[in-house]
Amino acid sequence: MNIKVMNVVIAAVTLLFSANVFAAAPIKIGALFAVTGPAAFLGEPERKSAEMVVNEINRAGGVKGRKLELVVYDTSGDATKAVQLATKLIKDDRVVAIIGPSTTGETMAVIPVAERGKIPLISCSAGSKITYPVKKWIFKTAQNDALAVGRIYDYLQKTRQTKVSILTVSDGFGASGREQLKSQAAKYGITVVSDDTYGPKDTDMTAQLTRIRGSHSQAIICWGTNPGPALVAKNVRQLGIKTPLFMSHGVSSKKFIELAGDAAEGVKLPSGKVVVADLLPGSDKQKKSLMAFVKDYQKHYNKEGDHFGGHAWDAVMLIRNAVNNGASSAAGIRDQLEKTRGFAGIGGTFNYSTTDHAGLGKDAFVLVEVKNKDWMIVK
Amino acid sequence: MQFDQILQYTLSGLSTGAIYALIGIGFSIIYNATGIINFAQGEFVMLGGLFTLSCLEFLKLPLWAAIPCAIAASTLVGILFERLAIRPLKQPTPINLVIITIGGSILIRGIAMLVWGKDTHSVPPFSGDTPIAIGGATILPQHLWIFAITLIIIFLNKVYFYHTISGKAMRACSYNRRAAGLVGIDVRRMVLFSFIISSAMGAVAGIIIAPLTMTAYDVGVMLGLKGFCAAIIGGMSSGLSTVIGGLILGVLESLGAGLISSGYKDAIAFIILLLILFIRPQGLFGKSNSERV
Repeated sequence: MNIKVMNVVIAAVTLLFSANVFAAAPIKIGALFAVTGPAAFLGEPERKSAEMVVNEINRAGGVKGRKLELVVYDTSGDATKAVQLATKLIKDDRVVAIIGPSTTGETMAVIPVAERGKIPLISCSAGSKITYPVKKWIFKTAQNDALAVGRIYDYLQKTRQTKVSILTVSDGFGASGREQLKSQAAKYGITVVSDDTYGPKDTDMTAQLTRIRGSHSQAIICWGTNPGPALVAKNVRQLGIKTPLFMSHGVSSKKFIELAGDAAEGVKLPSGKVVVADLLPGSDKQKKSLMAFVKDYQKHYNKEGDHFGGHAWDAVMLIRNAVNNGASSAAGIRDQLEKTRGFAGIGGTFNYSTTDHAGLGKDAFVLVEVKNKDWMIVK
Repeated sequence: MQFDQILQYTLSGLSTGAIYALIGIGFSIIYNATGIINFAQGEFVMLGGLFTLSCLEFLKLPLWAAIPCAIAASTLVGILFERLAIRPLKQPTPINLVIITIGGSILIRGIAMLVWGKDTHSVPPFSGDTPIAIGGATILPQHLWIFAITLIIIFLNKVYFYHTISGKAMRACSYNRRAAGLVGIDVRRMVLFSFIISSAMGAVAGIIIAPLTMTAYDVGVMLGLKGFCAAIIGGMSSGLSTVIGGLILGVLESLGAGLISSGYKDAIAFIILLLILFIRPQGLFGKSNSERV
């Protein structure tokens, strides 16, 4: 190598290191979000929220005098890519914790990497199997599907409806919901009379719904993320089906109402509290966090914050709290995370323990109904 | 009840099938004029829907004006694609051309993602969304639009290819490009024409289906593949057999989803594609040496 070039390189390297010596090194947090691809509706607000809250923490002086540094990679919703990037975060970027990935499929693929690297991972996806059985290094902030299913079944039980049809999307989210819908039904005295699926890219679900119409169920539960459920709602209306339609928390954003239009009216779904933050009573423990998140997001991105972004917000805050409590290494953060009690975040009130790495109770969800193109809390 | 269900499956299938047919015809027109499969065809479907959306929301045009604008804009993209990507090619072997169209489709999709974002968008229906009952089945006014517009396009196609000079010239190119060139037909011009027609047609398909299925930057992939299946079933003809191919595909998909299992819906389309390619590569209705326009 040319000596001049060599000198420059040495100078650059020295500069880099000396900079690190003078200021306390930032705490590096990795993030894997599906910013592009089919799950971009999750990854995009997650990335924005995470960046927003990290910037805010740093502006307020960081945590215990140390700044946070967020390294975000885009997985495009691809499990293989997520695994590669997770390895990169651990081996090259040397992060002390990872936030994400956005989808259950990616998370399941990344779990072995995080466990081998002994790095705490806070997933932003909902699948129950992520934290059940409990894995030492894996936590999550998105509400379990089981809780959402429980919310719907609670309501059906109260209104004495016992026969349901389910229509689930054939991806990780839908498969997990389908499993929960079927396994919890008996507990609430409910029978699943028809069980159909649709592809995430399908453009017409009238065939499945025609079959459901023939099954004489008392409620239809559709489990998927946009745009599928909006099409289902439209198709239900087209076929003149009068059976009440329930959706999953996967569509609890304004986008669903916008896409489904009039067909969304009367649809009920379990939702994180963020979409109805201003309707909540003042006594709600989460109200303060919720209002802060919604306002901040509005200010930064001129858009309403949704609960997907909230998952990332929660994850960053959980790590911040762990660091605040004295942790700085990967193992320390993990131990502190497990000690989290009563943290009122966006997704709910988190209580992690050695036997529960999902940390949320049924109160994380409220049942909402679409009325006049807005959400109403169903009492 | 059973009969009602079958009727509903059939009607749903016919309406999706009509869309497949329109996209399929786009494939075969370019194939016949140039001998290449234009895998970017699906992207024009996407562009049609999204340009309509932009005309409605940003230019605040009424729907009747937004549609021609969107078709024109998509056609312009088709022309640019032919001029910038297909024509300058030094060695226009089929394999090079096919790879270029695949590359083009990825590029167009990527640009669309940057322009319109990753969200799904809804486009208002042409004339309300009050369901219409036919027997025990229901369809939407938009379905009638789809059927009507498909019929009109097939009719216009027929008139163009059999009763105008440039249509006849394009058919001549499809029989024998060299000979067509020798009698004074500007073959490259015909190639450009074929791109104009098929991108406009793709855009129309995208526009009329958008109110039903909504639209996003990535809807072109699956629709493009299904359209390709329709074209293969129809033996790459740009006439009635591709239309029938599309309709058969749509109905079988819908019946399969309803009667067997919804999980196999896409599998059905691709099994049909494979079977046709194995058993009757000339298409369901083609004789092995039939005319192909």
